[in-house]
Amino acid sequence: MSETVTGFAYLAAAICFIMALRGLSSPDSARTGIVLGVLGMVIAILTTVFEPTIVSFDLIVIGIIVGGAIGTIVALKIKMTALPELVAAFHSLVGLAAVFVAIAAFFAPEAYGIGVLGNIEGASLIEMSLGAAIGAITFSGSLIAFGKLQGTLGGSPLVFSGQHALNAVLSIILVASIIWLVQTNYELAFWIIIGISIVLGFLIILPIGGADMPVVVSMLNSYSGWAACGIGFTLSNTALIVTGALVGSSGAILSYIMCKGMNRSIFNVLLGGFGGEVDGPTAVAGGGIDKAIKSGSGEDAAFIMKNASKVIIVPGYGMAVAQAQHALREMCDLLKGAGVEVAYAIHPVAGRMPGHMNVLLAEANVPYEEVFELEEINTEFSTADVAFVIGANDVTNPAAKTDPSSAIYGMPILEVENAGTVLFIKRSMASGYAGVDNELFFRDNTMMLFADAKAMTESIVQALD
Amino acid sequence: MTIDNQTTNLVDQTSTGDPFIFMFTIFVLAVFIGFYVVWSVTPALHSPLMSVTNAVSSVIIVGALIAAGPADLNFSKIMGFIAVVLASINIFGGFIVTNRMLAMFKKKPKKSGTNK
Repeated sequence: MSETVTGFAYLAAAICFIMALRGLSSPDSARTGIVLGVLGMVIAILTTVFEPTIVSFDLIVIGIIVGGAIGTIVALKIKMTALPELVAAFHSLVGLAAVFVAIAAFFAPEAYGIGVLGNIEGASLIEMSLGAAIGAITFSGSLIAFGKLQGTLGGSPLVFSGQHALNAVLSIILVASIIWLVQTNYELAFWIIIGISIVLGFLIILPIGGADMPVVVSMLNSYSGWAACGIGFTLSNTALIVTGALVGSSGAILSYIMCKGMNRSIFNVLLGGFGGEVDGPTAVAGGGIDKAIKSGSGEDAAFIMKNASKVIIVPGYGMAVAQAQHALREMCDLLKGAGVEVAYAIHPVAGRMPGHMNVLLAEANVPYEEVFELEEINTEFSTADVAFVIGANDVTNPAAKTDPSSAIYGMPILEVENAGTVLFIKRSMASGYAGVDNELFFRDNTMMLFADAKAMTESIVQALD
Repeated sequence: MTIDNQTTNLVDQTSTGDPFIFMFTIFVLAVFIGFYVVWSVTPALHSPLMSVTNAVSSVIIVGALIAAGPADLNFSKIMGFIAVVLASINIFGGFIVTNRMLAMFKKKPKKSGTNK
């Protein structure tokens, strides 16, 4: 295939990828977008395979079949609640692939037209080592994120003294090694770059708490894009550069949205050490416990909601953990059957990845017309009779508006306190991950429902029936 | 061969200038496109956005294919092969899981008619 045709084909692939993202502007056009995304990928792969330098297809075919089979099985088997882990795992694979491509390019530069082994052009070396370094950080960072999301690592931040100094020293060595590599073409410098980047990836993500994972996952998403970009520059491949830039900016925007949802800067999140996962009855909040709490049963909650005319549901990570979304949908169906108006309110950082709650509700067949974002629904709490908070806490805490000394001050919250009655499903009186007491628990119009989110919702469903 | 190289260099310089600037321009413009396109994505679809960007960033497979393609087996070819496997997991896995998510966002028949 001539270079012109190849160039046009990569352009077509890049346009397909742009349209794939564009399709996500509404659920109706999203599936067409995916088709275009797949088409773009097929065009890109076929174009490359027809390059004259590619003469042996056995490993390529085996690789695609093996990888494709693994990917397909995993993607079909995975439970929707395990989605954040899966996405983190996939990010680590992109990062690792970037590292391997960089290694391959370093040891066979002729194939990529960037010089000969031991004498690669300086610009290519910089691009290659940036791709490899970002890829390696993405790889190890995503592994940690995966472990934290899956619970194997524990969500608490791991902080030790001298951490930031260590990271700074490692970063300096990293930059120095890149300069060394460009000047000498030494193999050792290249391996040092990869090794240090892997260690840096671990160190950057370890101190970040489990509940900050929405930011981390978005950030790693962004990194995987920049890594692809670095490799794209090495290969002078426009499709790769465009796609990498798209993914990179997409992840950056998501990180920004998540940070804004918590009113924290990205640096604040990255420096880490903010709260841990405080759950379970051991972490009973001190001080507040002597205040009076009203707690109720499933029947009480069912009675209150059946007599309401409008109920707003506020789901949080607790719903995901308990897998309560199906029971919740059932409950809402019964309420709607009884003539109650039901809506769902989603806080930007609810759950463990951007849009996590929306996916879980969609999985439970909740029509997306009933699901609203914070800005859309916040004023409606004052007209609602009941706010039903299931597995959320900090995102409803009025202290974010009223108490400047609070750790979450300034964070946009769902104003559930304006509703007639607030029902909280919680397992215990434990504070949220920010470690802040929620004064709402002690208000007269609040009723606490102490139980597992799913068990409680099911008992409400029984009472409604 | 040398003459050939010189001519291509000549053509390169006259038509596009420094190829790095050319690629960098594409890169910067693509960042802008990404910025505007992603802001238009509805927040409800942020999870599918993440998994689809993940899938498309596996287009890095083109770099892997180039390494895995030459005739003789060497270190780079093996690296390329591993990268092909990793990227393929992502391409298939990413698109399928995105599709599964989006399938759930289909318009449902109005009101509680689905579940009696």
